[in-house]
Amino acid sequence: MSGTFTKSMARNIFYGGAVFFFLLFVALTFDTTRALPKYDNRGAITPEVALGKRIWEENDCIGCHTLLGEGAYFAPELGNVYTRYGNSKEAIMAFIKSRPKEGIPGRRSMPQFNFSDEQLNALAEFLKYTSEIDTAGWPPNVQG
Amino acid sequence: MQYQSQAVAKPYFIAAIVLFVAQILFGLVMGLQYVWGDFLFPEIPFNVARMVHTNTLIVWLLFGFMGAAYYLVPEEAETELHAPWLARLMFWVFLVAAGLTVAGYLLVPYATLAELTMNDLLPTMGREFLEQPTIIKIGIVIVALAFLFNIGMTVLKGRKTVVSLVLLLGLLGLAVFFLFAFYVPDNLVLDKYYWWWVVHLWVEGVWELILGAILAFVLIKITGVDREVIEKWLYVIIAMTLITGIIGTGHHYYWIGTPHYWQWWGSIFSAMEPIPFFMMTVYAFNMVNRRRRNHPNKPATLWALGTAVMAFLGAGVWGFLHTLAPINYYTHGTQITAAHGHMAFYGAYVMIVLTIISYAMPILRGRTAANSNKSQVLEMWSFWLMTVSMVFITLFLTGAGILQAYLQRVSDAPQSFMVVQDQIALFYWLRELAGVVFLIGLVVYIASFFVGSSDPEATVEAQV
Repeated sequence: MSGTFTKSMARNIFYGGAVFFFLLFVALTFDTTRALPKYDNRGAITPEVALGKRIWEENDCIGCHTLLGEGAYFAPELGNVYTRYGNSKEAIMAFIKSRPKEGIPGRRSMPQFNFSDEQLNALAEFLKYTSEIDTAGWPPNVQG
Repeated sequence: MQYQSQAVAKPYFIAAIVLFVAQILFGLVMGLQYVWGDFLFPEIPFNVARMVHTNTLIVWLLFGFMGAAYYLVPEEAETELHAPWLARLMFWVFLVAAGLTVAGYLLVPYATLAELTMNDLLPTMGREFLEQPTIIKIGIVIVALAFLFNIGMTVLKGRKTVVSLVLLLGLLGLAVFFLFAFYVPDNLVLDKYYWWWVVHLWVEGVWELILGAILAFVLIKITGVDREVIEKWLYVIIAMTLITGIIGTGHHYYWIGTPHYWQWWGSIFSAMEPIPFFMMTVYAFNMVNRRRRNHPNKPATLWALGTAVMAFLGAGVWGFLHTLAPINYYTHGTQITAAHGHMAFYGAYVMIVLTIISYAMPILRGRTAANSNKSQVLEMWSFWLMTVSMVFITLFLTGAGILQAYLQRVSDAPQSFMVVQDQIALFYWLRELAGVVFLIGLVVYIASFFVGSSDPEATVEAQV
């Protein structure tokens, strides 16, 4: 770099740039927070949905699946599984319930979690709520 | 070693390498599970192997960063570390916490671990990369605070260089943004929004400050180029990192239920994120070409140049590949993401930690500046084996990802996830093969610490 561009100029760009763009990010976050009720389907967050989210977390579902595209890429996307299963909570519950304990020879298989009916229902409610979040049209089709 | 207290870095580096081995072994387990679905099932399900793979990675990089700080800050500040005993104590606290966490993942079902650690009191478990029990997260905060205090006090009482200030700033940001790991609202969109404040603002924000500071330190040492020049570059690079990277967080806000304007903010700013990495490559080569002396530690120079190039490729180029919203619409959450993640983490963070280990470890083990020739040759072999195999892992995952996105999302007759997975299995086999080569590279790397220990130190004359 040429002699006219000094270290203190570089330092000022760093501090100035970091502060300016962090403040801009905070401002955008503020705006996002205000706009979020239009997108995030918060009206649908019932105690069952909250319980379902906790069950989702405490069994590390994200360790195999993606949810709205985030997570692991070993098992199908679940953000839209409710629609993929024909808008049926029962189908989701039946699938989770029917996983063989010892897996499927040679294939990937979801573990058997031995959930109670209340837990299964909460999980399905959580996945239904998730499927109704406004995700700007993602995923491109029902396959996730 | 100029200051006695720098020696506390050594156990940190050793722990980092041990956890690195664990990370790679579990990576190979996961890679095999991709093509041999019930391998180790139900004893070690995929998600458990993945937690071990990603968490050991994060922890060993943190061990590496802390070791780097303990090594370089006394030398930069020209004074002994404020409290070497605290650094030694925190080493054991962190190591035990890491060991307990991995044991917990492997020995009991995750839901049981959540119950045992009373996750209900303050639920923070079950989010990607932040799976650690809450009590462990609190432990991480305590270790981080003790560490920052120690490093901060050392900088305060000694010489304040740009390198140590930037490092301190990065470490401070690391600790501050980790606090968002404790915020887990029921609202999934808010949850995801702030989860990225840990993950993105770490790896595409403050960690790059740490990377920049460590690289600057090593370049100053091995090239002898004037500190003023290197520090000016450092400022410009990290300025570009934060200018592009902070708003660049928006590339994670396209499809998670946030306002759609993020597609513009995220695309535009994250498209510029390769710039600082490109500058880092230019700068690293420039400094080495303008070197005022030939340092006898050749592998350290190789790692330093390698980290700049591979970070640019992995974080810069492979990040850019799928960062624009219209492209990300099809690639989001596919093997493209995995490809980018692997090369970016290896290039930017694994390699910078191996750079500082390569530079510091010979000195910590009693050499003046470098290992014997035999050891250096082996270490450089490990560099090429690991780096080239990582390039292939990335290419195979990219191939898998392109096919996956096409078959599942783009084609006229989209197929289901598992049907597509079966069709791209060949790429997973090739990736696993490349992974085995990586493991061989890692074995060679470890061997380099034990070979030629009794041989004389390599000298510059012998190499020119």
